[in-house]
Amino acid sequence: METTAYKTDMEFFVDMQRCIGCRACEMACAECETNGHESMIHVNYVERSTTIQTTVQVCMHCDDPVCAKVCPADAISKDDFGVVHSANTSRCIGCSNCVMACPFGVPKKQEQYDLMMKCNMCYDRTSAGKKPMCATVCPSQALYYGTREEIARMRPNSTPVNTFIFGQLTVTTKVNIMMPKGSTHLKVH
Amino acid sequence: MRHRFPIDKKAFLAAAVATLLCVAFSFYGSRKLQNFDPALIAYLFGTLFALAGAVYRYAVWLQRPPTWLYFKRTWQFVFNGSLLAHLWLLTKESVRNLAFQAFIYPRSRLRWFAHFMLASGCLAAFAITIPLTLGWIHFTLDPASAADPAAIKIYNAHFFGFTVMNFELGSTLAFLIFHALTWCSWLVIIGCLIFLIKRLTNAGLIATQTFEGDLLPLILLIIISVTGLGLNFSYAFLKGFAYDFMAVTHAISVILFLVWIPFGKFFHIIQRPAQIGVHVYLKEGEKKGMAICPHTHQPFTTQLHVDDLKTVTKELGFDFTLEDGSSHLDYSPEGKRSLLAKAHLAARCESGTYFG
Ligand code: SF4
Ligand code: SF4
Repeated sequence: METTAYKTDMEFFVDMQRCIGCRACEMACAECETNGHESMIHVNYVERSTTIQTTVQVCMHCDDPVCAKVCPADAISKDDFGVVHSANTSRCIGCSNCVMACPFGVPKKQEQYDLMMKCNMCYDRTSAGKKPMCATVCPSQALYYGTREEIARMRPNSTPVNTFIFGQLTVTTKVNIMMPKGSTHLKVH
Repeated sequence: MRHRFPIDKKAFLAAAVATLLCVAFSFYGSRKLQNFDPALIAYLFGTLFALAGAVYRYAVWLQRPPTWLYFKRTWQFVFNGSLLAHLWLLTKESVRNLAFQAFIYPRSRLRWFAHFMLASGCLAAFAITIPLTLGWIHFTLDPASAADPAAIKIYNAHFFGFTVMNFELGSTLAFLIFHALTWCSWLVIIGCLIFLIKRLTNAGLIATQTFEGDLLPLILLIIISVTGLGLNFSYAFLKGFAYDFMAVTHAISVILFLVWIPFGKFFHIIQRPAQIGVHVYLKEGEKKGMAICPHTHQPFTTQLHVDDLKTVTKELGFDFTLEDGSSHLDYSPEGKRSLLAKAHLAARCESGTYFG
């Protein structure tokens, strides 16, 4: 983590409405070296009985990560680039506080290892100036990693939003979600 | 602006009490320093510093809301109801998770083997050296056998000044006891080398590790073990060649290690038993009932966990309460992801087009 080639002008843009549920990202995610070849990304049907809508979720890399704050073992840390890292394996005690408290439902408890693992934006790749695995394979560009200029050119009718409202709580994140042009936030409840 | 490091008063008090207790124990345990080995004085200060630091950090750590919650709940559960059953569970879990670190095994057999070697070597070495340093244990030559030149020499081992066992010089037991640290060193070296190779070759680890956080601890342990072995080797076979150099390097590296325990990677040794608390918490929570996600209609964790998290998140400044009085935390992770997707779709629909 000491010397890196992390590109600060590159950002993550997610548009779950474009997700077609192909699960290519799941396969790609398992190729990431930092998660021991376990897939960390989530693809799920939103309401299987009534719609074929699927959604995709990567870690949003919150500015003030709830996951890290609720961790009793100080196992989760945020680095200088704003990347919120997966659990420190020697510290995590597998309590699942982070799994249950993350407002986006991101961390995964690996029961067999008694350990939490989560998306760290493919830190082995992003720290070397490359794109995260999932974003390189997504055929519908529900997952996109690039500069603000690129996304503005590609999606003139959308605005990247990184403010989310959950009842009383407002969460801001490093990762953006593409919303209708002019939006300032996404109100979940 | 000047940075201030506020001292945590409670933690400071706990550290001071623990250190004084240890000093008192050592004073009387070594029979008013009669059995204290002055050659170990530097190690003694290192050990006391490590103790104070570890207790201080532990106390600071415990005061974090989520940590305190688990700590409190674990002891509540253990002392409520069938104490015996709980003690059995605690023992079983300690053997499985602390002594054998069984949870590492599924991640990879080699990783487990390396960790087991490293942990066993370190823990055994602690068990030997700490009581020796504090003067709790010492060995003497049995006066009767010493006086008689024809007799086989007998050694007595004392604990807190009481004789607890004796063994013949030259016996297998004596060999095992006097070389115990040698065996520990080999275990630590094997474990460290496997980890070092892993850390230098695995791309994922290379990307996320830090030198002082992950590599230095391994290097330090190797230096400690190698110089420890070297001391023995030099004494036994080289007529003391390079003995002083190794003694100094050994002392410096051990003291660095001790001083570092409270602050670096080694703190996880002290932190790990909390995992057992978590197991107790889950088991007891299950008895009280599971939480059902309003979106997926499936159980996802214990209701106790959800309720406790609502309290803890509020204490930490995150209020997940919704307008209708329920909470975002009532939803399972999958439920939360689906809610976000639904809200996203709704916003797109409202804008008049599904895509943009
Ligand atoms: S999205 Fe969840 S897992 Fe990611 S940083 Fe935020 S709280 Fe942590
Ligand atoms: S599961 Fe691990 S990382 Fe998550 S909160 Fe518990 S100890 Fe921390």
